[in-house]
Amino acid sequence: MRVMYLVKSNHPGPPTPELGAAIGKLTEREVKAGRLLDQGGLMPISMGAEVRIADGKLSLIDGPFVEAKEVVGGYAVFELRDKEEAIAMAKEFMQLHKDLMPGWYGTCEVRFFATPPHNPHP
Amino acid sequence: MTDAHRAILAIWRIAQPRLITSLARMLRDVPLAEDLTQEALVAALEHWPATGIPEKPDAWLTATAKRKALDHLRRRKMLARKHAQVAHALEQDEQTMPDLDSALDDDIGDEMLRLIFTACHPRLPRDARAALALRMICGLTTVEIARAFLATEATVAQRITRAKRTLSESGLGYETPRGPELSQRLSSVLEVIYLIFNEGYSAARGDDWLRPELCNEALRMARALIAVKPREAEAHGLLALMELNASRAAARTDAAGDPILLPDQDRGLWDRIQIRRGLQALAQAEELGGAGGFYALQAAIIACHARAGMYADTDWARIVSLYGHLMALHPSPIIELNRAGAVGMAQGPAAALAILERLRG
Repeated sequence: MRVMYLVKSNHPGPPTPELGAAIGKLTEREVKAGRLLDQGGLMPISMGAEVRIADGKLSLIDGPFVEAKEVVGGYAVFELRDKEEAIAMAKEFMQLHKDLMPGWYGTCEVRFFATPPHNPHP
Repeated sequence: MTDAHRAILAIWRIAQPRLITSLARMLRDVPLAEDLTQEALVAALEHWPATGIPEKPDAWLTATAKRKALDHLRRRKMLARKHAQVAHALEQDEQTMPDLDSALDDDIGDEMLRLIFTACHPRLPRDARAALALRMICGLTTVEIARAFLATEATVAQRITRAKRTLSESGLGYETPRGPELSQRLSSVLEVIYLIFNEGYSAARGDDWLRPELCNEALRMARALIAVKPREAEAHGLLALMELNASRAAARTDAAGDPILLPDQDRGLWDRIQIRRGLQALAQAEELGGAGGFYALQAAIIACHARAGMYADTDWARIVSLYGHLMALHPSPIIELNRAGAVGMAQGPAAALAILERLRG
């Protein structure tokens, strides 16, 4: 099954060099295992924008953004066997943050891609 | 299987490629490394339900597997002494021992390649190669492989045991082909991967979910191969072929499980992400000079369909030409029949009939 991980935090600042290196190693391992399909980090929301519909009205929010809100800082797409694998992978990834970037807090959301109803290949 | 067991298996599967490649390097024996990696799983299944899953399960598994490997090396050393069996083995062990730590941290590229080539050794029967590859590269259990291949557990277990014995006894348990042998060995690897893919692709609705999952295992294996051997055009060709085929999985059958032919498929159900990956892999194969390869040509044919927004947009002339190349490379009545179909679409029924007549004659 295809899984998307969305890493959300409002912790400021880039990862520590140690965390960066550890994530790099994990990434390499997962590419070589054929499981990691795509991944990337995102620039802060202050550099981006939001186009929103509320009360039937479309509006553009080009900042300033509420800083207390958790925003997506990075994502990864994996092809994995089952939900257990997906969770194990997320835990390993988050454990790295816990060990190598003290004080960091955030969430790694584990989301499965939707598949059409008749697909025998989930 | 309990939830705890499933969670442990998942953790082990993620760690498995690195565990087995590290141990293989220590022990210079892939089948043995696989045995000990399995033993690490057994240890986890014994301990973790009581103690809880450790915070760093990967480190736990690594330490356990390493300990088992060291025990094995010590036992072997003692045996060697007992039988006064040449200083050679001892010397080898001495050389292996000091590297242990670095071996476990080192880049796994070469070892992964060795693992793939060993599991898919042409000396082994095809069925055994597929079973061994799923076990050693993907970490499937014997039960899972049996379910996926609609075989009994005993049959698969025997296949694996025999294959590992063959490898060990013929001294093929730790070697990487080089030079001219490499391409022949590579084709054996690609053949195994494609066999696994097709087994999954032929899964019917209502089959065990592990059967269609074989397609993903094959895709993972091809990606793993490419990650460590990025310049082999046909590996990219095979990956392209599989991605492009798999991209149509959802559109291939109706709610009752009956097949839907290409002209009638809802192209909105084709997996665009997978198509993009397939086209990228095909481009890579062509860039490496492999446009005329057996897998790349087949991938190029499916790519013509994948690129067509509607059935009517299909570039039949190109498909005809690609089938022509495929025929020249690998003459077969089935390919010629497919070519006739494409000729019919490109040039009209008369031209197709002429080919069919020749086929019959």
